[in-house]
Amino acid sequence: MPLDLTPDDRAMLGGAFGPGAASAMQILVTYAEAIGAPWLLDIRRAHIDGCLYHGQVSLDFVERLVALEARVRVPTTLNVGSIDLIHPELMRLDAVEQAPARRLMTAHQALGCVPSFTCAPYQTMFRPSFGEQIAWGESNAIVFANSVIGARTNRYGDFIDLCCAVTGRAPAWGLHLPENRLARILFRLTGFCGDFEPTDTLFVGVGLIVGRLSGDTVPVIEGLPLPRDEDQLKALGAAAASSGAVGLFHAVGITPEAPTLAAATGGRTPATVFAITPDDVAAAVRDLSDVPDGGPLAAVCLGTPHFSHAEWQRLLRLIREIEPAAGIPIYVNTGRETLRRLEAENAFSGLDRARIVPVTDTCTYVTAILERLDGAVMTNSAKWAHYAPGNIGAVVAFGELRDCVLSAASGRVMRTAR
Amino acid sequence: MIRPVQMLAFGAARGTVLVLARPLSFWGGVDARTGKIIDASHPDRGCSVQGRVLAMPGGRGSSSSASVLAEALRRGTGPVAIVIERPDPILAVGALVAQSLYGIACPIAVCLGHGLATGMVVSIHGAPGDDATLVIEEAC
Repeated sequence: MPLDLTPDDRAMLGGAFGPGAASAMQILVTYAEAIGAPWLLDIRRAHIDGCLYHGQVSLDFVERLVALEARVRVPTTLNVGSIDLIHPELMRLDAVEQAPARRLMTAHQALGCVPSFTCAPYQTMFRPSFGEQIAWGESNAIVFANSVIGARTNRYGDFIDLCCAVTGRAPAWGLHLPENRLARILFRLTGFCGDFEPTDTLFVGVGLIVGRLSGDTVPVIEGLPLPRDEDQLKALGAAAASSGAVGLFHAVGITPEAPTLAAATGGRTPATVFAITPDDVAAAVRDLSDVPDGGPLAAVCLGTPHFSHAEWQRLLRLIREIEPAAGIPIYVNTGRETLRRLEAENAFSGLDRARIVPVTDTCTYVTAILERLDGAVMTNSAKWAHYAPGNIGAVVAFGELRDCVLSAASGRVMRTAR
Repeated sequence: MIRPVQMLAFGAARGTVLVLARPLSFWGGVDARTGKIIDASHPDRGCSVQGRVLAMPGGRGSSSSASVLAEALRRGTGPVAIVIERPDPILAVGALVAQSLYGIACPIAVCLGHGLATGMVVSIHGAPGDDATLVIEEAC
């Protein structure tokens, strides 16, 4: 079936909205034809995962749109780049390596994108609302927007997210359409005792298992306890999008499109049912660590995805309680807006003995920031644990937030959580 | 032998076929500086895609594969054409961006059961509005 374009789409393709919009529309139309979308729909927001430098082509693509005077047509946030622009002293890259990465971040702003440089745009003022059609890149942001908020996006990425932002359109296909958002695969928590605790480890472990077994099918999870806060669902989604390609999950009684199991599946019997037991969760989480307890620790890395204000509050309470003073740096990736708010609140006063290193605009697993890798790096993030060994050569110990702080205090990997 | 194909990216190319047994993610799978397959888990690791007509079941993996394909085409280390058995929008975008930015065409043809083997010489022709074809000029 050929792609059915509106008169406005055709006018944009023909240059009536400027050469930049025409160029973006040409790419979007080819993409829509390749996936077999019948038409394009309006989007209300975009989030661009184009600020990580993959080579000259990354820069050429954006700078050509700038030269053609393209502008984004919807509110558009930016994902992390390769440089911490607020704390350049943290970067362990020379000026030559930094230059194109910096230029790439600047060029996106010239198109009218908001310099948010965060992978958690859903925890900023640009959070979408339920049912909104959006075009988002960045796997954890996609799964959070779809699952926890009920906004609608496909898994966008390189070049196409920006073409959607510049045209204000996206192919009417996949998770944009209600019929494709129904769950086809069921995960049922089995063997947990009564009112079990919503621990961080539980949400991470379930996320890893769901990601590994779902493929590109939409899963529904039954039997999860009510999460302490949305940050636990953020951790579940980030884990599922790292171990697999999950763009949307439902959790019965928790996420907005799953008040009941029948609502999540559209009343159809799921094609596949998996049980998740406490042993499965423990095994999935154990697989994230390369080192046993007691090994020397080089650093703690938190905030993948970027730490929210609420996560900072939990961390700072633990630091006040445990007072880690062994000199182990605790790197915390976070959005620049969140950091500004914390500084305005004087949140770090009296914590001088702990080595808290806030990192904005980027993430410690995609670029050269860590001072030392001569011991394990401890994290409470499944995503960091998944990618850091390949990206930066880190040896990883996974643990809950409290254990990360305890380990920073002792200088050795310690895990006290069940 | 002439086969009809569906084009995801238009263009004309002629070259020697390299058939991959498994789908390849360009991101993490191909070094754009050399054109070599670097994915440690891929059976064709070490082969070069440079200048070849790359035939494989499909693409896979990260959307960053679009950037890596486009960067390889820019550097001249990429394939001259790609034949896949199922449509892959990520590869289509990579080829389109290289065409759009640098005028470098890498036609991408979809052909289920293409019957190609490594070493064959083939040509691919597909322009907007025309019937696209894959022609096997020399068997191995």
